[in-house]
Amino acid sequence: MIRSITQQKPMEEIEHLLEGMDRIFVIGCGTCTTLTRTGGVEQVAAMAEDLSARGKVITGTTVVPVACDNLTSDILSEFGARMNQADALLVMSCAYGVQTLASQLGQMVVPAQNTLFIGKENAAGQFNEICTQCGTCVIGETGGICPVTTCHKGLVNGPCGGTNNGKCEIDSNKDCAWTMIYNRLKELDRLDSMRTYKKPRNHLGEPSPGKFLIPEN
Amino acid sequence: MPSAFKKALDSGKFVVTSEVAPSKGTNLEKMAHHVELLKDKVDAMNVTDHQSSVMRFPSLGGALLVKEKGGEPILQMTCRDRNRLALQADLMFAASRGINNVLCLTGDSVMLGDHKQAKAVFDLDSSQLVAAVRTMERGKDMAGNDLDGGVRFCAGAIVTPEANPIEPQLIKFEKKIEAGAEFIQTQAVYDIDNFKKFMDYARQFDVKILAGVILLTSAGMARFMNKNVAGVMVPQNLIDEMAAAPKGGALKKGIEITGRMIAQIKDEKICDGVHIMAIGKEEVVPDIMSAAGLL
Repeated sequence: MIRSITQQKPMEEIEHLLEGMDRIFVIGCGTCTTLTRTGGVEQVAAMAEDLSARGKVITGTTVVPVACDNLTSDILSEFGARMNQADALLVMSCAYGVQTLASQLGQMVVPAQNTLFIGKENAAGQFNEICTQCGTCVIGETGGICPVTTCHKGLVNGPCGGTNNGKCEIDSNKDCAWTMIYNRLKELDRLDSMRTYKKPRNHLGEPSPGKFLIPEN
Repeated sequence: MPSAFKKALDSGKFVVTSEVAPSKGTNLEKMAHHVELLKDKVDAMNVTDHQSSVMRFPSLGGALLVKEKGGEPILQMTCRDRNRLALQADLMFAASRGINNVLCLTGDSVMLGDHKQAKAVFDLDSSQLVAAVRTMERGKDMAGNDLDGGVRFCAGAIVTPEANPIEPQLIKFEKKIEAGAEFIQTQAVYDIDNFKKFMDYARQFDVKILAGVILLTSAGMARFMNKNVAGVMVPQNLIDEMAAAPKGGALKKGIEITGRMIAQIKDEKICDGVHIMAIGKEEVVPDIMSAAGLL
């Protein structure tokens, strides 16, 4: 399953973002940040404790099931009063959740996380970015491995000169995408696909910010 | 008119190129000194483009300086910092000023340089940049629009014969030639027997190959490259030879080794020439050439 992968901001940055706001309501998310252990029940409780120790008043906490869903009425009926007592909502979800809450609740929201990428859990506790949703999918020619995402430079014609022992020039623990693609295509007896020159990519498959409407019949 | 470098490549002579690095800042004295020293000794000088992703005076400006001093510049262009508009614009500017050699490179990651948080571009890759040069030579830009006044370049690219695994590199090498590369510079080669094997394969293509040679300045530097520089493999016997040099004599030994390798490559006609990289010690390039019997 794909997840929004997040990492908590340094407490100094969170403190800076909360400057002048003494009363805080903390919101976690039961989906992605629970899975990555950045905004689940435990982390929300720890954050509330940490902020208390730093002199903030915690007016309440909750972990909503899916912060990027529209939850206005549910949240407000249960926690509206305590949220209203707060100067800010500190949101421990990804940026989708923060923005959804910001658009629904008329209060200052502060993200506690940096949203890193949309990733896949490949092994317990290990998340990898495998698709950047570029809008012009090339994996039909690369054995199902995306070089746009998996190659640090997003190269589509083969490896750069920085690859070393099958690893990436920026990280000796990261597999070189093009070594993986080569091995895969060789196994599949489809190396001709790698030998074909690929023209420069269309980098604007869907101009940013992306927008999609289901076409009418 | 083909460039002087292109003529040298086509003449069948053993071609020698070297490298000059633009300065960190606008004081170009050191680079100008290196250009003066080398311009009449080598067939062309590569001007590096933010080498190792460290921000420097632009390669285009450096290539102009080489031209102004009467040398033959090879403009290095990486795809790291410019998109296809900027790359094409720079190619036109270069051509308009008589810079007619270009070496097309993907470029190191910005994460390896001194501006680690910069936005990397990589709109094109090295083979696509070679193809773009050829498209512009036909009077069209990459979008298919007519150019009022075209360009002409002797265009080259890079290969790493010591890469592991080698096969993906070779596929890319073939694509660069297919895209129109006329010459190929190699990453540093130290193991001549390995390099000969690469040349046995490369000889089937209509492309000139210049063997990259990097001056060894100490045994420690050789070990450092083995550990940290992708695609560079210094054999143990050369490291031992460097280590055995008398105190203060390592550079002299490095010059001797590099000269010896060049002489072997030339005498045995292993490839079409050499590209000498002295990395900060450009003033000894003439000594290397003397040691190789080229001066």
